[in-house]
Amino acid sequence: MTTILKIVRYVILDVLRNRWVIAYAIFFLAVTDVLLRLGGSGPRALLSLLNVVVLLIPLVTIVFVTIYWHGAREFNELLLSQPVARATLFHGLFAGLIIPLSLAFVVGVTIPVLVQRAADAETLRLLALMLVAGCALTAVFGALAVLIAGLVDDRLKGLGIALGVWLLMTVAYDGLILWVAMTFQDYPLEGAMLALSFANPVDLARVLLVLRFDVSALMGYTGAVMQRILGSPLGIAAALGGLAAWSIIPGLFALRAFRRRDF
Amino acid sequence: MRAGAWRRAAATIATFLGTLLVPPSVAAQRAPAAQAPQAQGADIIVSPSGPVQRVSDAIQRVAPGGRVLVRKGVYREPLIRIDRPLTIEGEAGAVLDGSGAHTILEVAADDVTVRGLTLRNTGPSQVDERAGIQVHDARGCHIEDNRLEQTLFAIYLAKVQDCTVRGNVIRGHEAAQTVSGNGIHIWSSERVQVLGNDVRGHRDGIYFEFVKHGRVVGNRSERSARYGMHFMFSDDCHYEDNVYRDNANGIAVMYSNRVEMIRNRFEHNWGSAAYGLLLKDINDSRIEGNLFLSNSVGLYLEGANRNTVLGNTFRGNGWALKTLANAQGNLYERNVFEANAFDVGTNSRENVSRFQENYWDRYRGYDLDHNGIGDVAHAPVRLFALVVEQSPPTLILLRSLLVDLLDLAERVIPTLTPETLLDERPLMKRPAGAPRG
Repeated sequence: MTTILKIVRYVILDVLRNRWVIAYAIFFLAVTDVLLRLGGSGPRALLSLLNVVVLLIPLVTIVFVTIYWHGAREFNELLLSQPVARATLFHGLFAGLIIPLSLAFVVGVTIPVLVQRAADAETLRLLALMLVAGCALTAVFGALAVLIAGLVDDRLKGLGIALGVWLLMTVAYDGLILWVAMTFQDYPLEGAMLALSFANPVDLARVLLVLRFDVSALMGYTGAVMQRILGSPLGIAAALGGLAAWSIIPGLFALRAFRRRDF
Repeated sequence: MRAGAWRRAAATIATFLGTLLVPPSVAAQRAPAAQAPQAQGADIIVSPSGPVQRVSDAIQRVAPGGRVLVRKGVYREPLIRIDRPLTIEGEAGAVLDGSGAHTILEVAADDVTVRGLTLRNTGPSQVDERAGIQVHDARGCHIEDNRLEQTLFAIYLAKVQDCTVRGNVIRGHEAAQTVSGNGIHIWSSERVQVLGNDVRGHRDGIYFEFVKHGRVVGNRSERSARYGMHFMFSDDCHYEDNVYRDNANGIAVMYSNRVEMIRNRFEHNWGSAAYGLLLKDINDSRIEGNLFLSNSVGLYLEGANRNTVLGNTFRGNGWALKTLANAQGNLYERNVFEANAFDVGTNSRENVSRFQENYWDRYRGYDLDHNGIGDVAHAPVRLFALVVEQSPPTLILLRSLLVDLLDLAERVIPTLTPETLLDERPLMKRPAGAPRG
């Protein structure tokens, strides 16, 4: 147990040392601050922040973690020559990467909201959900990055695949949804749409947040169905469970790959 | 018996003399001093402890044009019927209770004024249209400053002319729409004025059917189980300075011509079938200076032709404006569209209405000659709006990057959005006079 904590501490310090994460936090700080100043009310500013959260967190996380994992190869080899279990090292590394990235996001968004006193109850609830969704996305894309870095040895190739995965999940996948919706528009699609959005963590996070931000009713019948399923506490739990699954399953595959690696 | 007959005869004589000798206003001033309540010009006073303990008895005794004053207390009587011109006035705390079983007050005479009473508890009914105050076949009635609680219908006017409903406070059951009636229900009437009432929790807050030349000013209608205001076949009516808020299905008005709706507020009518203002077969009307704030659909037009939509503000709605292909020849001018998820939605590739000099917060053009009018036309229909119109489940993609990219592409090279639905002269700045939310 103490070994894993030591590894986590080391990785966090290492991540902080290269200042990327600091810049990431400052970016969120600046964007949130500007949105609050320009956008007025808290919920409105958070709504504008939604796109940033849903697009940027996956991008930064998957790129950063892929690069770091590749770069940590020598460190890993060194540690594995010591009496350290592979699983311990893997979990330590993973946590050491996810914690500072999540913290940067949480701190960057929360501070302006609190400082500008935009925090009424409504804003705080939305903020909490957004923070949870953002952290979940960080974990999901961290896990995907670790899987990619574990399977692909070539640094550039790994980075390329990581970017490809990001593009697939944020843009191309929505194209698929659009195509399905337009092709089968004569059929009741609410269930299928929900299933499709559960199959993509980015969409899942986006829909979860959009439904909370009060634009649900304009969706008419579809919105009512989705609101009932995803808007309820059970639905939120299911969506968060979906996000957790998206983080745990690639993580387990990555762990298996890490165990079988020959170094 | 004999005493009663004598008294009545004396009253009649006194009335006759009184009308000859004393101008009515003086009579009214003298009234409190009069000893015998039966005397002309005097009020008949109803009180739980006085000689007249029932409102119906007082109405039987009062001379035409006289006044019945109801003292504080709760009166439970069968249906009270007013069959002659009179004024019935309640002190604070004068309550007529329908015992959950019937209509409370029925007015079937001209020139009746009902003022300051509290009427409550008609009980629900699926069979008859029970009301707090029901007026029929009458002229010149005034229903003023009453409070109606827990009634099926609160104020129900049928076949009346020149009536005024003013300053009443109406609180309904907030029940489901199948077991609830309308707040102010007016049928087949002319020149009716509905002024400054506050209606909450009925099926339709204000309901007009076959009403001509009505005026609805300064009312507030909230939390209706169906529509905050609902009218049909009511031409030449005027609606001004009303507030409609949190109604389950918003406001729906149908089959009427030459209607004026000015400076009303349509707020928070939010739900899967809620419209700020739904116009169906409304023609040659004016929708001016209204505020549409946070409705699922702000203004919805179906089969509505030749209307003028001028100087309204649409803010924070799901759809600011939805216009079907059969709504033709409408003019949209100097409206403000801001912070809506969709500004304009339509199911048509053609445009049969005119948009000019509106302010669109999505407008990205420029104004080189600084005349306040953008030099490039604005196309307010997003591609995504069309897609959603065709296949509603695609709304799940709202705020997706892909959709934003498609919208951008469509804006640069329009292929699917109606080419002629353009504001050729979009305003660069929000007009100062537009209502603010």
